[in-house]
Amino acid sequence: MNALLAAKAIIGRELARFFTQRERFLAALVRPLVWLFVFAAGFRAALGLSIIPPYQTYITYETYIVPGLCGMILLFSGMQSSLSLVNDRESGAMRLLLTAPRPRWFLLGAKLVAGASVGLLQVAAFLVIAYFYGLKFSAGGYLAALPAFVMAGVMLGALGLFLSARIRQLENFAGVMNFVIFPMFFLSTALYPLWKMQESSLLLANLCRANPFTHAVELIRFALYGQLNLPALGWTVLSAIVFFGLALHGYEPARTRSGRRPD
Amino acid sequence: MPETITPALRVEGLSHDWGAKSALANVGFSVPAGRFCALLGPNGAGKSTLMAVLTGLIRPRPGVVTVNGHDLGRAPRKALAQIGVVFQQPTYDLDRSVGANLRYFAALHGLSGRTAADRITECLARLGMAERIAEKVGALNGGHRRRMEIARALIHRPRLLLLDEPTVGLDAPARAAITAHVHDLTRDGISVLWATHLVDELRETDDLVLLHRGRVAATGAVSDVTAGQPLAEWFLAQTGAPA
Repeated sequence: MNALLAAKAIIGRELARFFTQRERFLAALVRPLVWLFVFAAGFRAALGLSIIPPYQTYITYETYIVPGLCGMILLFSGMQSSLSLVNDRESGAMRLLLTAPRPRWFLLGAKLVAGASVGLLQVAAFLVIAYFYGLKFSAGGYLAALPAFVMAGVMLGALGLFLSARIRQLENFAGVMNFVIFPMFFLSTALYPLWKMQESSLLLANLCRANPFTHAVELIRFALYGQLNLPALGWTVLSAIVFFGLALHGYEPARTRSGRRPD
Repeated sequence: MPETITPALRVEGLSHDWGAKSALANVGFSVPAGRFCALLGPNGAGKSTLMAVLTGLIRPRPGVVTVNGHDLGRAPRKALAQIGVVFQQPTYDLDRSVGANLRYFAALHGLSGRTAADRITECLARLGMAERIAEKVGALNGGHRRRMEIARALIHRPRLLLLDEPTVGLDAPARAAITAHVHDLTRDGISVLWATHLVDELRETDDLVLLHRGRVAATGAVSDVTAGQPLAEWFLAQTGAPA
């Protein structure tokens, strides 16, 4: 009961911060919309898509990239919450959290759920706009996608949590853009199907296959059509567990250098 | 009366190093219940490292820390529940109100609703901050922000209050007010460990632990250890650092 109260407070704080930062919400929304409205229009001409599961018929490129863009929102949101964790570390808020009399896994887990909830709100806003743009899914599809979004959000949040344990200063965060977000996004099935990638390079296609983000996107893609992609679910869950385990290891007291004197 | 027998804080054989640099070497001392104990030491003496250990942020090897008899290594949650902490660096959300900051902390410690609201009001009143509950922390001056952090550290009714150089960056009146407020807390049986390098924050009746180059160089009541010498002179003689 007490633990739930603590979790509620951690999630509430994250949501309150999110709602007070309107620019963050707008930026999170504009990014995928630019991809949808601008890039997709250009790519549509360049990219021919064949019928691959879960699609039963020819689809427009815009339709293809919606799950990928949902994944993109969750990816950025996961990294954003990692950024806020690094910020919390620098500002001392993390110390306050970690000195609460709760198990560390629980406190960090609550942070993770908090980050995933913020990501979920952003995805919901994006899907509403996509709906009015004409990219509609069935009610069942939206419903089935909800747990997929949560799972993908938790997995990417866990990655962010792990990175935040490693990153000492906000300035280093630019590196995360270059070495985590971009490779994860472009080496995935978010923008192009695997077979298309394989046509140009087997190595790149294999990298896509190994990328946890690919599995998160495929989990979402199938879920939006009311289908369960079991291997994608398995890989996403496994990645989440591994990232969270690494994050816990990074935040273990003996390894935390929080004791360094702030300048 | 277990409180009078069990010290609020007991530290034994504590050592810690940052890589090749030793920060704490065989540190040991205790803080009796209801006492104000100053952890005095020049910059770089290891005070912040010790504070990080005492709050469970870093785990010492070797060493034992007990808080009211609860081993911080073996029963961290029980021990942490007895500690209130004021960190050297600020730990609040500037864009949220004093009340919201305190409610967040109360919830982390399992307090909500009426209980949390009553405790928050009580603790803010204790620090002379009751009327500021609805103000944004960003709108408060440095002294008031510190007082808010001290009030917050008391919400869960800890037996031990740890403060890591809490007057850093404050002007003289704010410094004096906060020092007096925290001294007053010991009247209610709260034990205080106050890390500082400023000798004017200590009173003759306080205890002190002198930390120098990661080692305990002296410990005892201020009047006993200084043996009549002015504290500032004594501190300088012991550490070679101007107080």
